[in-house]
Amino acid sequence: MLIDHPLLGPRDASEFVYLGDASLIDRPDWQADDAARAFHDYAYLRDNPAGPHRELWFHEGGDRSWLVVTRDTTTHEITDVRLARDVALERRRSS
Amino acid sequence: MRYSGFEVIKQALRGHRGWGPAWRDAAPRSEYDMVIVGGGGHGLATAHYLASRYGITNVAVIEKGWIGGGNVGRNTTIIRSNYLLDGNEPFYEMSLKLWEGLEQDINYNAMVSQRGIVNLIHTDAQRDAFTRRGNAMILNGADAELLDQGAIRREYPWLNFDDARFPIKGGLAQRRGGTVRHDAVAWGYARAADGRGVDIIQNCEVTGFVMDGGACTGVETSRGTIRAGKVGVAVAGNSGRVMAMAGMRLPIESHVLQAFVTEGLKPILPGVITFGAGHFYVSQSDKGGLVFGGDIDGYNSYAQRGNLPVVEDVCEGGMAIMPMIGRARLLRMWGGVMDMSMDGSPIIDRTHIDGLYFNGGWCYGGFKATPASGMAFAHLLATGRPHDTAAAYRFDRFRTGRMIDEKGMGNQPNLH
Ligand SMILES: Cc1cc2nc3c(=O)[nH]c(=O)nc-3n(C[C@H](O)[C@H](O)[C@H](O)COP(=O)(O)OP(=O)(O)OC[C@H]3O[C@@H](n4cnc5c(N)ncnc54)[C@H](O)[C@@H]3O)c2cc1C
Repeated sequence: MLIDHPLLGPRDASEFVYLGDASLIDRPDWQADDAARAFHDYAYLRDNPAGPHRELWFHEGGDRSWLVVTRDTTTHEITDVRLARDVALERRRSS
Repeated sequence: MRYSGFEVIKQALRGHRGWGPAWRDAAPRSEYDMVIVGGGGHGLATAHYLASRYGITNVAVIEKGWIGGGNVGRNTTIIRSNYLLDGNEPFYEMSLKLWEGLEQDINYNAMVSQRGIVNLIHTDAQRDAFTRRGNAMILNGADAELLDQGAIRREYPWLNFDDARFPIKGGLAQRRGGTVRHDAVAWGYARAADGRGVDIIQNCEVTGFVMDGGACTGVETSRGTIRAGKVGVAVAGNSGRVMAMAGMRLPIESHVLQAFVTEGLKPILPGVITFGAGHFYVSQSDKGGLVFGGDIDGYNSYAQRGNLPVVEDVCEGGMAIMPMIGRARLLRMWGGVMDMSMDGSPIIDRTHIDGLYFNGGWCYGGFKATPASGMAFAHLLATGRPHDTAAAYRFDRFRTGRMIDEKGMGNQPNLH
């Protein structure tokens, strides 16, 4: 698999480390009333779709940036790659 | 028909024309007491134990493809009960005991071969950890034996003992571990369950659940609606997809695991060997092929094929401990979709929906669990209570902090 890094161009997937579903960017509010439940769901439950999946990859063997990669889990085809920082800022999460 | 040596001779004299099909090609009926979704090892074993141990025979096993086409027919066939944690070891030891009596129980030759498994030790720290695990196994009634380098040399003289990075210093052996012919497990359980009246329904995909006032009362399938008193789901790598139809999100990610087999070679490898400093395990099939595998590819996947970096990693592991494998030619490689759970351990539990039960999260080690998983799931479905050995495999363990994390990796499925 090649991941088309937004800054560095196509890089071999083996340079990266995989973390999982990009919903991990949306860390729940720790002060909310239902924080315990929200953190359980955040930490342990996954959509695990068969089809397009937005997921976090870390360029450990490269520029050490986090990427949000959209990849089809039934074909491994990658359709979109963005810097996780940009995605997080757009969603008003801290970088 | 009961299979026996006598029957083989009798059929041979008649030109083998008298063997009937091993199970009926059942068409779905509109209603059953219980429906099991998934005709893999676990679903078929569940049906067999429901019928034979709990007397519940009005049961259908519903399989979207053909039985044995999933992981039960794709794995590297290793069985063992060498776990450390209390939540796991009694369950896997029960499984090994059931393997030991399986062929008599189901009257089918599954080629259960207790050829022994050795986990190689490469460092002093690893010897300490393996010693502890061996002791935990013995405390739970399993067998374990710590071997020094000399003992391993006697059994496997050709291993790469003096490798500069990963010298082999000993091993933890479980003599009762070994291999089983995987397809025969699916076929044998199917035949035994069918013989007691269970319908094995192939080419029938479950496309939804029938809900009645918040309770599950059946399944929608590609061959019509089937009503059931209870529905048990055992679909391994497809757990996320199937339970999503009931609106559930699971503590599971689906990942691909690859396996490899070489051309047939003369007998060289009497037991099962696992590399302790990387991911590599190998045994030799009765046809002579070296059957081996390693780590999962490491990213969510429903494609039953993997990528090359893991192939390289597996081959490096093989070359590190048995350099002669470099001269063998690879015959086939394939992949299967694994239900990797958040702590690396399985779930056998009721769901929050009445009438709907779940069995999954088997990761890369569910083949060895097949008999115990079937027994425990049958017990849960029949009695409504968890089986003693599976009492820790509950959904709520992530909420209550009772994870069963053999590797101590935390909630990251691709590290287990
Ligand atoms: C390459 C590889 C190597 C492995 N090596 C080992 C090993 O050495 N030792 C070990 O213990 N374990 C091993 N495993 C793991 C083991 O194979 C699995 O954990 C186990 O087989 C899973 O249970 P099962 O047999 O019921 O799964 P499966 O055989 O996959 O059964 C699930 C069934 O559900 C069906 N299904 C899915 N969705 C639907 C639907 N909507 N409707 C109807 N049916 C559906 C599927 O078609 C499938 O047949 C390995 C796995 C792989 C892939």
